[in-house]
Amino acid sequence: MTDVSQDSRRSARAEASRRAFYRFRQSRLSMVGATMVAVVLFFTLFGNLLAPYPEHVRGGLNTAERFQAPSLAHPFGTNELGQDVLSLVMAGTPVSVAAGFAVVLIGTVLGVVVGALAGFNGGWIDDVLMRFSDLMLTIPSLILAMAVAAALGPGFVNMIIAIALSWWPGYARLVRGEVLQAREEVYVAAARAIGASPARVLFRHILPNIVSPIIVKMSLDMGFAILTVAALGFIGIGVRPPTPEWGTLLSIARNYMPDFWWTAVFPGLAMFLAVFGFNLLGDGLRDVLDPRARR
Amino acid sequence: MLEIENVSRVFAARKGMFGSTPGVRALHEVSLSVRKGESFGLVGESGSGKTTLTRQILRLDTPTSGRILFEGEDMARLSPAALRALRAKVQIVFQDPYASLNPRMSVHDIVTEPMLIHRATLGLNRQQRTDRAAELLELVGLGPQHLYRHPHEFSGGQRQRICIARALAPGPSLVLLDEPTSALDVSVQAQVLNLLIELQQRLGLTYFFISHDLGVIRYICDRVALIYRGEIKEQGETQRLFDAPESDYTRSLLAAMPPDVGRVAGR
Repeated sequence: MTDVSQDSRRSARAEASRRAFYRFRQSRLSMVGATMVAVVLFFTLFGNLLAPYPEHVRGGLNTAERFQAPSLAHPFGTNELGQDVLSLVMAGTPVSVAAGFAVVLIGTVLGVVVGALAGFNGGWIDDVLMRFSDLMLTIPSLILAMAVAAALGPGFVNMIIAIALSWWPGYARLVRGEVLQAREEVYVAAARAIGASPARVLFRHILPNIVSPIIVKMSLDMGFAILTVAALGFIGIGVRPPTPEWGTLLSIARNYMPDFWWTAVFPGLAMFLAVFGFNLLGDGLRDVLDPRARR
Repeated sequence: MLEIENVSRVFAARKGMFGSTPGVRALHEVSLSVRKGESFGLVGESGSGKTTLTRQILRLDTPTSGRILFEGEDMARLSPAALRALRAKVQIVFQDPYASLNPRMSVHDIVTEPMLIHRATLGLNRQQRTDRAAELLELVGLGPQHLYRHPHEFSGGQRQRICIARALAPGPSLVLLDEPTSALDVSVQAQVLNLLIELQQRLGLTYFFISHDLGVIRYICDRVALIYRGEIKEQGETQRLFDAPESDYTRSLLAAMPPDVGRVAGR
């Protein structure tokens, strides 16, 4: 039994978030996802520092030790240049995660702006913005990214811009739908009745109430964004070697399959861990934050 | 104080790819006048146009024809700035206290928001707004200890008190009450009604009270109008209307009243 007086002093909001966290912990898959994401984030922050062969990360090579199988000295083996694959995979984490995060963030910002404008104003603004985002949805993201790379040249920033350009329409649709729904709430009518300006209604009353589904979608999308970044690296228009990036590593390793399997398997596993982790985390967050979508 | 002159509101017919909806005549030639300091009741069944009429008065919606004058000024002709200033004078308490408070805002933010919006008119700084919010909460029977809680921590009756505090915050002279008690338990209804009566006496408010509950209307209102399918069927002093109804609709409505109505509020 807990102390009653202390219970009543605790605010109900803290209680609600404590319950949400409890429900999140009850789902084993969500916890697995959170753990995987924690590992990925750990290597995002410290991957460069912890890499056992930092000189290999900077492009140094050791041709005497080409294609060593996994061993104690090189747990993930070495590649065609004699570089330690473990070091490259660890150092590749920040690149992939940062790129994925940047894509999702830019996509979210653009999507929220477009979706909120469309849903809040309605009428012809809604029609124009949503037809435009439908149009963007019809362009395959890889093709668009190739076009941007051709126009602006390949590179980290251009790749992020290219993917984000094809990423925002999903958010625009989500936000528009949520805004349309929230706009009809009585507390929105109440805000307008006390004389709140449209901007105030949107930023103070509508947007704070639709944050949950946006966060859930961001988490679910992180995995796909990382995958798309790797796909661009794989076809050679993303991050350029010697910067280690999972997709680029895979692309080079492909030439040495299946004899030197470790050069491809370990970057692939890292990608799998990140994508799967963010998806499980997103599913778990959705169950907690957005109970309507619970299966 | 409030003059409604021949107001009509027609929701236009729609012709679309997937079928059409006919036009709806929500209000037809409605004329009312509310005097300063009185409680004016508007009675009607669901869909009779009560809520549409409040939306016209608040200018959340524009009448198809007719005028609404507040303190002698035509609301449709006001500049946006003047309309904003006027919104401080006309406030509303909605029917559903569970839906009409933003779940993300604290009680403090909810009650001070009207003062923040109308700070040019009211001239209150941040500290004064917080103080006034605490005073208002006490006025409606809550207290300063509730300032930093969120709406979901309150019962329906308490939430409706918060809504009333918010409505009083900008210092209105006219308060629209859109079925303020119909979503509450019967025991709580009486408390909220008595609070409203007390507030009216203390602050000299004018009430425009909407309800489908004749017992509540009889308890609160000095004069009353009956609306049926967007048209005013009868209006007059409450007592006269209950004792000697003139229209058939009023008679049938009174006949449908349960016998103990009029005592619900437990005077």
